[in-house]
Amino acid sequence: MSVVLEMTGVVRVHGQGAGEVVALAGVSLTVREGELVAVMGPSGSGKSTLLNVAGGLDTATSGSVQVCGREIAWLGAAERAEVRRQDVGYVFQDLNLVPALTAAENVALPLELDGVRAGVARERAIAALVLVGLESARDRFPEDLSGGQQQRVAIARALVGRRQLVLADEPTGALDSVTGDAVMRLLRDRIDAGAAGLLVTHDARHAAWADRTIHLRDGRILRSDGAGEPADLMEADA
Amino acid sequence: MSVRQGFLALLSERPMHGYQLRQEFERRTGGTWPLNIGQAYTTLGRLHRDGLVEPLPGEAVSDDAARPAEVFRLTDAGRAAATSWWGTPVPRGRAERDELAMKVALAVTAPGVDVAVVVQEQRAETMRALRALTRAKREIDAAAEPARALVVDAQIFAAEAEARWLDHVEAAESARGARNTEPRNVKEGGAR
Repeated sequence: MSVVLEMTGVVRVHGQGAGEVVALAGVSLTVREGELVAVMGPSGSGKSTLLNVAGGLDTATSGSVQVCGREIAWLGAAERAEVRRQDVGYVFQDLNLVPALTAAENVALPLELDGVRAGVARERAIAALVLVGLESARDRFPEDLSGGQQQRVAIARALVGRRQLVLADEPTGALDSVTGDAVMRLLRDRIDAGAAGLLVTHDARHAAWADRTIHLRDGRILRSDGAGEPADLMEADA
Repeated sequence: MSVRQGFLALLSERPMHGYQLRQEFERRTGGTWPLNIGQAYTTLGRLHRDGLVEPLPGEAVSDDAARPAEVFRLTDAGRAAATSWWGTPVPRGRAERDELAMKVALAVTAPGVDVAVVVQEQRAETMRALRALTRAKREIDAAAEPARALVVDAQIFAAEAEARWLDHVEAAESARGARNTEPRNVKEGGAR
């Protein structure tokens, strides 16, 4: 299984001097194709910073971050934006979709920003909506969709095109438990189909959909558990 | 719940013989509570003794008293017991005897024991169980097997509660540690 995300000795320091805050204090992490890794920890432990640095929304102070083999830690803003569009998909708790665009237009957006022709982008977007079971909602606007449907659109958008890394920050946070389970099942299925994912959650029930869980404390990995369990072994045999 | 209460509930739907009861009990509890046939007949025998079930009149009577072959139905008393069971909440278990709670309670007061390590080890175990349950849940088609799905969900939510409680213990202990060291003005972490 090829490595999609490789973080090595990542440090992120905010501020300077007396006001200096170490958000990440040397984190190393590898996520392979077909693998979903959950990140848990109390508020302020560095979960969201880890996700942002992994996806190029934030820059590491030192250390290496490779996405699909490309080193992004030292890229300029424009190049990082390109990696974000091409290789990385985000799913947040809310504010996921552009309200003025239909479901299909939302999914097509990253492709169009990347210069894919509108017709082709729409075709790919609809194919992605089929995968999340929402083909019939393609011309509806976000406000006409339920919370669970909106998250499914967000997952379709996160994985449209050749993007292989999904970064999810509390994607089930605003959803009821049944809808939240359905979203986790879908995310898991999409990862199994060949993507890689990093899932920030405070909910152990959702972290349990991941292959492994890393526990962050004060910007460090306190512990990682789950590697080598039956599911992993079965995948290794396949 | 006891097997006895389960049988009363099942017999309130229709009369059954021991073998049917055993099958139905296993199926309806989502395959998570296997019964042997001896247990089924023993339970049925006791319900009969206590006047809660009776053989359907006119059905074949086995000559082996320990393994009655006849079909049983609820008596009026049995029907009342079944109805009252549905209306009675299941009491919470005695949490003060919870093995994990006891162990952690001892750990926070025992000299030389690092509670954080105890909590971490336990959380890894809880997460392992939760992942195994989630894998089992993925295999279940909830529409086809609702009973099984709900039983697994119950175990998942219980494990989740344990994980949340462990997080709480860790946070509470860390706050307690911070209070104890406050005069020295030691702040957590620190830049290195």
